[in-house]
Amino acid sequence: MEYAAPRSLDEAIGLLSQVGVDARPMAGGTDLLVQLRTGTRRPKLLVDLKQIPGLCGIDCGSQGFRIGAAVSGAEIGECLPLREAWPGVVEATELIGSTQIQGRASLGGNLCNASPAADSVPALIAAGAVCTVIGPGGRREVPVEEVVRGPGETTLSEAEIVVDFRLPQPQEGTGDAYQRMIPRTEMDIAIVGAGVSLRLAESGECLACRVALGAVAARPIRVDAAAEALIDRRPDAAALGELAAQASAAADPIDDKRGTRAYRSRVAGVLARRAAEMALRRAGPRRVAGSPAS
Amino acid sequence: MSKRHVTTTIDGESREFLCEDEQTLLDVLRDVLMKTGTKEGCGTGDCGACSVMLDSRLVCSCLMLAAEAEGRVIETVEGMAEGDRLHPLQQHFLEEAALQCGVCTPGFLVAAQALLARNPDPSEREVRFWLAGNLCRCTGYDKIIRAVLAAAAEMRGADA
Ligand SMILES: Cc1cc2nc3c(=O)[nH]c(=O)nc-3n(C[C@H](O)[C@H](O)[C@H](O)COP(=O)(O)OP(=O)(O)OC[C@H]3O[C@@H](n4cnc5c(N)ncnc54)[C@H](O)[C@@H]3O)c2cc1C
Ligand code: FES
Ligand code: FES
Repeated sequence: MEYAAPRSLDEAIGLLSQVGVDARPMAGGTDLLVQLRTGTRRPKLLVDLKQIPGLCGIDCGSQGFRIGAAVSGAEIGECLPLREAWPGVVEATELIGSTQIQGRASLGGNLCNASPAADSVPALIAAGAVCTVIGPGGRREVPVEEVVRGPGETTLSEAEIVVDFRLPQPQEGTGDAYQRMIPRTEMDIAIVGAGVSLRLAESGECLACRVALGAVAARPIRVDAAAEALIDRRPDAAALGELAAQASAAADPIDDKRGTRAYRSRVAGVLARRAAEMALRRAGPRRVAGSPAS
Repeated sequence: MSKRHVTTTIDGESREFLCEDEQTLLDVLRDVLMKTGTKEGCGTGDCGACSVMLDSRLVCSCLMLAAEAEGRVIETVEGMAEGDRLHPLQQHFLEEAALQCGVCTPGFLVAAQALLARNPDPSEREVRFWLAGNLCRCTGYDKIIRAVLAAAAEMRGADA
């Protein structure tokens, strides 16, 4: 196996297209190097993306945020404007692995590893994140929910790279949150993950809502039926109960020693509701004066 | 294929080494540079025994290629003591009997040092969460947590 650390996107895409299926892009390597060691992947070339300016750094502007696809979780956690605007995305990212893993793990890698249980993905889908994808065929903008096809498989074509993630500046009254269930308290794979983002009117009515679930299907899924339980309504107990029921109904999980199918489906509803409640608290800091932001 | 030449800084010294592209930084530290203070537990990011600092960020050296160290600054457990004077964390690990077999210890020390550099006065809960990626099969963790808190207290006192 060979390693290359190109300094430009053109060079990286050139290398990836030249070597084809035997080449893999690498960001933090926290999935890839484990797969190399266990022999589940045997690439001939690893193309390190971390020296390419477009994949590094976080930009915060009035238009919103650009998060480089290779930026580490630790760096994302330290970006206070992002944490303030999209706390659900940041808390989901910070759940990825240990402090050591956070030093390297990226959003691009979390998404493109295409695990159904990837923690940042439901939060990014709920927040409406869009990624910039660049490859030999040019540049396209892809909503995060369209990137994962199934376990270990993405919709990216050969030599395409996720360059960055875009999030808008949240409108007044927006809140988001991510909740996950793991059998341990730290360092484990989600048996359910739920991301919710929503926007409240001054009147308290819910104007917009997006719900996404992880680990309960072959890929992270957006659950519009659960979101519709809140949209154009007051988010009262009945509406939240409906959201939970819709989330449970949308779950199509596996059945294994870490959680039965029935348990996972039920937990999907419970977590979607808890994430919605947290998002509601965050959406209305002035209405619920004095309530903690997280 | 010819070996790759890497120039880096390790524990304050400029170091050069030759490596294969697939070797991890942990492989090179232990097998090429003979810096065996950094330990290998799992090799897959789960145990934290291989923890090092990379440009002041805590990482697993088993989940990083040695080639990636080019031009970077690496700090390992071997740079913690000043000559014969142990770092307060090392001293308190001894005093609190925070190790038995010792395989996990270098990783805990490096990780704890990274925590105290950011937060000199962590709560017990903060210490436990920060160190969740460091596994110990011997001590049951309590003594490790106590040693870290005691070292933190001493280091704050020394600063005052
Ligand atoms: C001990 C441990 C604990 C973990 N805990 C969690 C957890 O709690 N939750 C969780 O979700 N994950 C967890 N993970 C998995 C992993 O850390 C994450 O998925 C991480 O976000 C991967 O990012 P990376 O930058 O390291 O990816 P890499 O390993 O570099 O890449 C992963 C995959 O994505 C591809 N890729 C990377 N970047 C791009 C890009 N920009 N464009 C196109 N393709 C790309 C690579 O080719 C590879 O196939 C854990 C891993 C370990 C080792
Ligand atoms: S040896 Fe690196 S984490 Fe276990
Ligand atoms: S002292 Fe033996 S693993 Fe920690």
